[in-house]
Amino acid sequence: MSATPSPRTVPAPTATPSRRAVLAAGGGVGLAAFLSSCAVGGGGSSAGASGSGKGKVRALFMKQAGYSETDIRAMTTAFQKANPDIAVTADFVAYEALHDKIVAAAPAATYDVVLIDVIWPAEFGSKHIVADVTSKWPEPWKQQMLGGAVATPQFDSRFYGVPWILDTKYLFFNAAHLAKAKVDAGQLQSWDGVLKAARAVKSAGVVKYPLVWSWQQAEALICDYAKLLGAFGGTFLDAAGKPAFQHGGGVQALELMRQSIVDGLSNPTSTQSLEEDVRRVFSAGQASMALNWTYMYGMANDPKQSQVGGQVKVLQTPSGPNGRPGVNGSMALAVSAQSKNQDAAWKYITYLTSQPVQEKYALSSLPVWKASYDNPAVVKTNPAVVPQAKKQLADLILRPQVKTYNPISQALQAEIQKALLGSKSAQQALNDAADQAATLLGS
Amino acid sequence: MSVAPAATAPPTRRRAWGSGVRGEALFALALLLPAAIVVFGVVLYPVARTFVISLFDVNSPLPGSYPFVGLSNYARVFRDPGFYPVLGHTLYFTLVSTAAELALGIAVALLLNAPLRARWFWRSLVVLPWALPTIVNGALWRWIYNGQYGALNGLLSTLHLSDAPHQWLGSPFLALNMVIVADVWKNTSIVVFFILAGLQTISSDLYESARMDGAGAWAAFWRITLPLLAPSIAVVLILRTIEAFKVFDIIYVMTGGGPASGTQTVAFYTYLQAFSNQLFGYGAALAYLIVLAVFALAMVYLRVLRQGEMAGIQ
Repeated sequence: MSATPSPRTVPAPTATPSRRAVLAAGGGVGLAAFLSSCAVGGGGSSAGASGSGKGKVRALFMKQAGYSETDIRAMTTAFQKANPDIAVTADFVAYEALHDKIVAAAPAATYDVVLIDVIWPAEFGSKHIVADVTSKWPEPWKQQMLGGAVATPQFDSRFYGVPWILDTKYLFFNAAHLAKAKVDAGQLQSWDGVLKAARAVKSAGVVKYPLVWSWQQAEALICDYAKLLGAFGGTFLDAAGKPAFQHGGGVQALELMRQSIVDGLSNPTSTQSLEEDVRRVFSAGQASMALNWTYMYGMANDPKQSQVGGQVKVLQTPSGPNGRPGVNGSMALAVSAQSKNQDAAWKYITYLTSQPVQEKYALSSLPVWKASYDNPAVVKTNPAVVPQAKKQLADLILRPQVKTYNPISQALQAEIQKALLGSKSAQQALNDAADQAATLLGS
Repeated sequence: MSVAPAATAPPTRRRAWGSGVRGEALFALALLLPAAIVVFGVVLYPVARTFVISLFDVNSPLPGSYPFVGLSNYARVFRDPGFYPVLGHTLYFTLVSTAAELALGIAVALLLNAPLRARWFWRSLVVLPWALPTIVNGALWRWIYNGQYGALNGLLSTLHLSDAPHQWLGSPFLALNMVIVADVWKNTSIVVFFILAGLQTISSDLYESARMDGAGAWAAFWRITLPLLAPSIAVVLILRTIEAFKVFDIIYVMTGGGPASGTQTVAFYTYLQAFSNQLFGYGAALAYLIVLAVFALAMVYLRVLRQGEMAGIQ
């Protein structure tokens, strides 16, 4: 086809336009309309609405740790019985997919209620993905809930949700393994003691690798690092908001992690493991000590799911030279800012986070309410964890509450892994991570 | 080409265009409309939209007004020190997995083209890995490679080849290669079927003549089979290269980009930037560069093969 039309094909002024001309004009007009009319950044409307307090509510939860899917479905059924004019649909995804699912679903307002991690309020709040519910927060809650819980959905003194899963990592140990190696569990109060116990267990031939961790390149790695960082006196950021983990305690923490691999105390699969992998290895009797969330206690002690049922004990996180802070791994329920049914969503959230509901399911996740810890019924539900939780939940370390937390965490994860695998020294890896973090904090 | 009548056309023809031809054109347009809407909706609209987004500093999934930054998202890609390692991983993954799939695919296709007993059964068996969803395949291989209770270590131990528990996904370069193995296991099937289809078009007379001329099996393969398979190889090479360059899901499931970012590919990095970090403008620019790279690859292949007069594509 020639680009220059022959005289025979030139349309007469009065003739019907050619197909090419029609298509070109239509395409041009369409494209121009498309370019000029669309807002950049996503479809849908950005305005949420209170709604009638009735109707459909769709909620997004995670499918691991904390409350199980069965727990949440049972809670939801009970809520619907009490509120027959609200129909709730609950969806579940793995924790690793939760953040991105919330982001991707935001423009379409797919969800009315979303479960958010303690590290996301800054990002989701500042970008209007979750609603500011400060005005809805009853004042007494601030005193009635534990301090770590109140901090969970907060950013810039605003509330972006209601705390629901109050959790931190505890030290779980296999009492039978320690007994075989003649190790006194009392020495597990400090990291020095844990390493000493691990050496004893290894040399007694009880297991090849006494320790297993969730050190895969994921947020789980930062949770473990945060505890050690705090124990050794380090901080993520300094008072000026600049990276500080590359100094002092931050470096010592990473050196301990690396050395435990070099010494054969930590299972080398740790660098490819998440919390569920840790639970499986520990429950199979292939590790003697591990850090994990509250939920592991019930599952590792259940003979139906574990080969070490009845042998598992739990302790507060071990101490370092600067104390024993637990990582704040709490999560909150938030109302989606795009939801058209925010009042019904709020009703559902206040039900799930209410003291009676949380106390009923205390074995899966401990309540956010101070009074629950003195309730004999709660203590009876989880007699091993509650006394440890009472001490640990009063001493938590927060990961940085910054809008660019995700890319900073990714940079730190990659560099920590380089140190764990021996391709960089701990100091070099943290220096490199700090350089990247500084750029991201300034962006 | 023009459907417009010539200026000198008699009035009768003008009337015909005005009624019959126009009616026919409208009918044709009506028939094409559903397909056009689908193509526009799933191809053209996202392509145009992604390009528009790549010109703005979009840092949220929500609609709004974001600063226009022109091509600076594209320039940023090349200034980003994180981009070059992932580009390296992607090129390595693409090159090695495509080459391995092609070599293995040709070998298996030759085998399946031979007069085997129960040939239908073997052919059905070969297609199974390809029929498996990539997510399932990734989860399967993650378990096979597990350093603690994985099947591969179990197999090596049973065969008394190695008792040490190897960490197949434990170091960056090894992990990348092990992901390639998983990808090759799954995608060799499709190569086999393309090549098998090509093999069946080669007349047995050619081999017979070659044999009579004294050519052995090796010479027949290089002089007859391979040249005549070129069109099939061209197609499968383009398809597999493009797919390998875009690799995402198997990485997401098997390694999550680790260890130490050693298995992050361009598509995975794009996903992280766009969805995890909410840098949608930057993510869109990265996505556009993937499209351009894939387009360039396809053009290079077609050109090379056409120049060699092997592709059979005019």
